[in-house]
Amino acid sequence: MDLSFLAIQALNGLSSASSLFITACGLTLVFGVTRIVNFAHGSLYMIGAYTAATLVPRLLELQFGPLTFWAGILLSALIVGLIGVLIEVLLLRRIYGAPELFQLLATFGIVLVVQDLTILIFGPEDILGPRAPGLRAPVEILGRRFPSYELVLIAAGPVVLGLVWFLLRKTRFGVLVRAATQDREMIAALGINQALLFTGTLFLGAFLAGLGGALQIPRVSAHAGMDLSIIAEAFVVTVVGGMGSVPGAFLAALIIGQLQAFGILIFPKSTLVVVFLLMAVVLAIRPNGFFGRPEVIGGTHAVGIASRKRSVLTPFLWVAVMGALISLPLIGDAYVLKVTTEILIFALFAFSLQLLIGVSGVVSFGHAAFFGLGAYGAALSLKWFALPMEAALPAGLLLAALGALIIGAFVVRLSGIYLAMMTLAAAQIIYAVAFQWVEVTGGDNGIVGVWPSAWASGPVFYYLFTLAVTSIAVFLIMRIIDAPFGYALRAARDSEPRSEAIGLGVRRHRWIAFTISGAAAGLAGGLYAFSRGSVDPTLLGIPTSVDALTMLLIGGIQTITGPLVGAGVLHVLRDLIMPLTSLWRLLLGLSIIAIVLIFPRGIVGSIRAWREDAA
Amino acid sequence: MTLLSVQKLAKSFGGVTAARDVSFSLERGEMLAIIGPNGAGKSTVFNMVGGQLRPDQGSVLLNGENITTAAPQKRFRLGVGRTFQVAQSFLSMSVAENVQMALVSCNRESAALWTPARHRYRDEACALLEQLGMASVADQPCSALAYGDVKRVELAIALAGQPKLLLMDEPTAGMAARERTELMDLTAQIADKKGIGILFTEHDMDVVFGHAERVIVLLRGRIIATGSPEEIRQNEEVRRAYLGDEHALERPKGVSPA
Ligand SMILES: Nc1ncnc2c1ncn2[C@@H]1O[C@H](COP(=O)(O)OP(=O)(O)O)[C@@H](O)[C@H]1O
Ligand SMILES: [Mg+2]
Repeated sequence: MDLSFLAIQALNGLSSASSLFITACGLTLVFGVTRIVNFAHGSLYMIGAYTAATLVPRLLELQFGPLTFWAGILLSALIVGLIGVLIEVLLLRRIYGAPELFQLLATFGIVLVVQDLTILIFGPEDILGPRAPGLRAPVEILGRRFPSYELVLIAAGPVVLGLVWFLLRKTRFGVLVRAATQDREMIAALGINQALLFTGTLFLGAFLAGLGGALQIPRVSAHAGMDLSIIAEAFVVTVVGGMGSVPGAFLAALIIGQLQAFGILIFPKSTLVVVFLLMAVVLAIRPNGFFGRPEVIGGTHAVGIASRKRSVLTPFLWVAVMGALISLPLIGDAYVLKVTTEILIFALFAFSLQLLIGVSGVVSFGHAAFFGLGAYGAALSLKWFALPMEAALPAGLLLAALGALIIGAFVVRLSGIYLAMMTLAAAQIIYAVAFQWVEVTGGDNGIVGVWPSAWASGPVFYYLFTLAVTSIAVFLIMRIIDAPFGYALRAARDSEPRSEAIGLGVRRHRWIAFTISGAAAGLAGGLYAFSRGSVDPTLLGIPTSVDALTMLLIGGIQTITGPLVGAGVLHVLRDLIMPLTSLWRLLLGLSIIAIVLIFPRGIVGSIRAWREDAA
Repeated sequence: MTLLSVQKLAKSFGGVTAARDVSFSLERGEMLAIIGPNGAGKSTVFNMVGGQLRPDQGSVLLNGENITTAAPQKRFRLGVGRTFQVAQSFLSMSVAENVQMALVSCNRESAALWTPARHRYRDEACALLEQLGMASVADQPCSALAYGDVKRVELAIALAGQPKLLLMDEPTAGMAARERTELMDLTAQIADKKGIGILFTEHDMDVVFGHAERVIVLLRGRIIATGSPEEIRQNEEVRRAYLGDEHALERPKGVSPA
């Protein structure tokens, strides 16, 4: 390892830092002003890349030259900026006051919509963009060849920082953006045109995302999936830098760029692990990142479970549902049983998340981590230790519980959006490990041949086994929700100062809840592995986490039974609609947005409200 | 032995000095009032005694034990109960459950996972609510109450912890004049019976002068006078700075002329 190699690595680190900063800068500006964490920021980045990769070659046909290339990049970014305006006017404007969970989900709805639209418009193939005219030949640095385009990228970061700094310091728009970032009440007091400010900010943020994406085209082809990979990194940058802080984002991007460049030398497989550790350490020391301000903790009780009078009919309803489920094998065929098995598994998964979100007010955005850990734990112990299903399932549960115990130790120190981002990042790390540690996990292909023990195999017996296990687990969690422990969690959610003043160990309770919830999700994951016969990294991905959140959302976050109903509805809809159209994600995304806007109480919550109104 | 002894407490936020050189003590069964205009630093002192804020300097002793840096939970176990200026209760629970929650925590059962919480200490909670004239709303959701009633629930929660020291930051905000006096009479009665020491702030001077045995006057973070209600009423500096010349200081909201 000589000096020239280190220099090249450092330069590589700088160029990825630049790209990261340009994108993350837009995210942090939008958060600062609107207080919305825009999941769709990665989608804007992707649109930028696709647009540039399509547009720039056409322009270069008209007139070849560096100017055309750069004009094409800027034009692409401008187009993305306008799309940002569209998103603000159509959606964000309506959810500024909504609980952050709903905001995150709604913007994730955009992610889903954009994924399908991108394929519809640009086609399913990756698009390789043109190389920049005049920057094709590599330069020689200390005897090594280095792409000259990367040097331009390295310069682009500081240039954008300078321009944004100028915009924020020297223009009226910038003054307003800073005022809004520092003090939300102030903008109302200033009597400025708030709508215009927010729209303008979204334009700027989307423009930067588009620019970040467009600048990538000579390096990587525009491809589906770049939205989620960049958003995870951009989240880490904004969180480490402090949400809303542009200099913080720059500093964080620099550090993370170098960590990635040199982390490869230490952990060749998983640079994300190093990045995660940085984030964990920074948040442990500074819960609001480098330059972030403490969040004002609002009343979140509105989106949680509340005490209610018990209806005398409820036990009968449960008996009826259980009776129907037990007798299902008498009437249902193998397909129905398979679908119902999966619904039960996802019901347990969503229900375990309800303990965190509805009960504790802990908005976890990475619950797939524990589902996946349970699945992988079961599959790995089957494959490597030849454990039977009866031992592999508890092993998966234990692995998930252990993961939740460790991640929870970091998570419970945080609150609000920092907490959501930490859980998301943790899940992405585990995803990366499962994806990259090919020798153990089988990488992208995962592990196959995960079949249940003989007595539980076949659709009927595995269904009954799943029914028994999930019913017991759901019953236990319901007891926990009703027990003093569940009440203590709700107490901490309703009012932290009051809880502390009556001696409740808020963090300890949340930590235990996080672990229990992770264990239950792990059990669901293990069951899922045996029902499908295989595991793969998608079980750990963001879409799996969002599935669980969507089930909560559909059923109703304020209700105990909501997630169970939501799991059924989502699964049945998916089974019915997916074969009919290739635009399932578009439909799902639009439905999520519609629920957030029109039925924020979900199915069970709306029915209850309707009955209470009638009574 | 002195119940609460506060020595040379200081706290500043950025450039703002919220408290400086604040020292006082409080005996068992005593009622001590802190008065002062808005922004004088009353809540800051309460939060340093209650554990919500850590002082920059100085110390807080409870029954001789140094609790300056103890967490609020620890202080609760040692006998500190409090109400907040902006009422803090569990809005997703019924009134009785709010009180039950405090009783569950007091008995260290908050990690129990099996028997439902709503069955625990229900009778004790209802008895306490009865005492405060809240029995009729025991099963109502806390979120449906008027603000004055939420303040009463807070008091019930605080009393459920069997405190030796009760901190009340503007306990009667949101109540009518007669309710205020009634509530403070009742609190004084309970405190007297159980030997609870009470530190409270109040904008209603009738309440202050009618209930406090001693009064501390705070101005811009400093104590400018301490004494019996009568002495405070006569104190020239206080009259000038606070009660008298209304142009010198912004007149606090809700203060009836003393
Ligand atoms: N968390 C805080 N951050 C910054 N300044 C604060 C904070 N809490 C109180 N202050 C300031 O300290 C001073 C005293 O406030 P406070 O103790 O609430 O007064 P009071 O309760 O007497 O009205 C005020 O100037 C207030 O603005
Ligand atoms: Mg105050």
